Amino acid sequence: MTGYVSPAGEGAFMAGIGLASGPASATAPALEVAGLWKSFGELRVLRGVDLTVAEHEVVCLIGSSGSGKSTLLRCVNLLEPIDGGRISIEGQEITAAGVDVNLIRRRIGIVFQSFNLFPHMTVLGNVTLAPRKVLGLSEAEATSAAVALLERFGLADKSSEYPDRLSGGQQQRAAIVRALAMKPDLLLLDEITSALDPELVAEVLNVIRELARGGMTMVIATHEMGFARDIANRVCFLDGGSILEQGSPAEIFSNPREPRTQQFLQRIIEAGRL
Amino acid sequence: MDRAVVTSALIALASSVVFFGLLAVVAVNAPGWAQVRDHFFDAHWFWYSLPKIVDAFGLNVKLFCLAEVLILVLALVLAVMRSLPGPVFFPLRLLATVYADVFRAIPGLLIVTLLGFGIPGLGIAGIPVDPFPYAVIALTLVYSAYVSEVYRAGIESIHPSQEAAARSLGLSRLQALRYVILPQAVRRVIPPLLNDFIGLQKDTILVSYIGVVEAFRESSIIEGAKFNSTPYVALALIFLVITIPLARLTDWLVARDRRRFLANAR
Repeated sequence: MTGYVSPAGEGAFMAGIGLASGPASATAPALEVAGLWKSFGELRVLRGVDLTVAEHEVVCLIGSSGSGKSTLLRCVNLLEPIDGGRISIEGQEITAAGVDVNLIRRRIGIVFQSFNLFPHMTVLGNVTLAPRKVLGLSEAEATSAAVALLERFGLADKSSEYPDRLSGGQQQRAAIVRALAMKPDLLLLDEITSALDPELVAEVLNVIRELARGGMTMVIATHEMGFARDIANRVCFLDGGSILEQGSPAEIFSNPREPRTQQFLQRIIEAGRL
Repeated sequence: MDRAVVTSALIALASSVVFFGLLAVVAVNAPGWAQVRDHFFDAHWFWYSLPKIVDAFGLNVKLFCLAEVLILVLALVLAVMRSLPGPVFFPLRLLATVYADVFRAIPGLLIVTLLGFGIPGLGIAGIPVDPFPYAVIALTLVYSAYVSEVYRAGIESIHPSQEAAARSLGLSRLQALRYVILPQAVRRVIPPLLNDFIGLQKDTILVSYIGVVEAFRESSIIEGAKFNSTPYVALALIFLVITIPLARLTDWLVARDRRRFLANAR
């Protein structure tokens, strides 16, 4: 019933890791970004980003503010037009001319730092809007699917509340459920705990851990280094608009090659965040 | 009750009595007071004209209700046209912008006159000669220009992240507008919308100029026949009775929104 939970589980998980570093498999990668450039006016935010994400893989993007993490995610979801390069989902180029962006976005979920729930709708209304209006589900179908998801993430008793009655952690979990209700193939998380009080961070990260166990393909921009080390199959360090270094969490966090990566992590450690 | 509250209420009462008392004394002692009293405040002509004017006021209400519905729809279309992005929609944006400029620039009475006398004057077969439809159209054209600006302010006040969230779920631009942006925008602009409708209520008397026998026209007919202006005072009272509750409701809504905003900003 919940299509994004892979029955393949651990096996597919390992295949995903294999694809990231080893020979190409028969299936196309879940996400392929090649030579992506993006400027805002004079400011070049992304300078030739290359990134391949396999199915069931969890990739964490780390780097200082302004390094291009959020912009990369917004480009992948086609919320920002790109200036150069290609983005493909499961082998289909989504940045090509004539692609129906509405069809593409159904397959890619994104969760924002500031939740962006619809304040004039209840939690249930937020979760069922897109399944009803985009996928054409009936009210009853959308509601029963939404209720199941809300139950799974501990929000069943909040379904008829409006967002402003919820804590930050509950709002962010509701936003995650809203994205999941579209059964996306790929989930993008844009610093989803940065706007939360520290004591509310864990409840949101636990949701992401559960999704990772279920085999959800995710690209996560985050400042939570402990979480990234824990959950990621691969960590990418962005600096000045490109991926300077990537590897397993062990490689990046314990044995970074690049001086910029070492410097960044040193500051994180000094701040007591790792 | 709190002593301070009682004291300040008494002071407010006393100062009001003195202030308005002085105004009354000045008016009553004016050299022309006797003529003005007989001409504008004659009880006989007041009770003679009131039922006739109330009767005619029904037409103002009908005009107001019809125009209001049309304005809400036309203004929304204009506001949406003006908020469409991208070069493809430039002609629509231009059209909506020119419309708002033109109909806010020309006085309402001129629009009423030009339409009410001009269109039937074309003599096209089958076109109505009754002035009432032109009255509805003229007021709709004028007020849609104002109301579309109110809607537009509401649409622009919704943070772009709301549209991003809607689009990221696969909703089309129109769906995002319909289900996410407009419901929030309209809620925000209800108080200024009501303000414009208070204006519309009053401006329904403009159409008397093209021969619609509504309350103002009825008043001036009685005035002309009886050489007494009391019917105008009667009509003024009718407008007060109709408009003040709407004005109070608007103030209450504004205050409520402000409280909500402050509560959310905490």
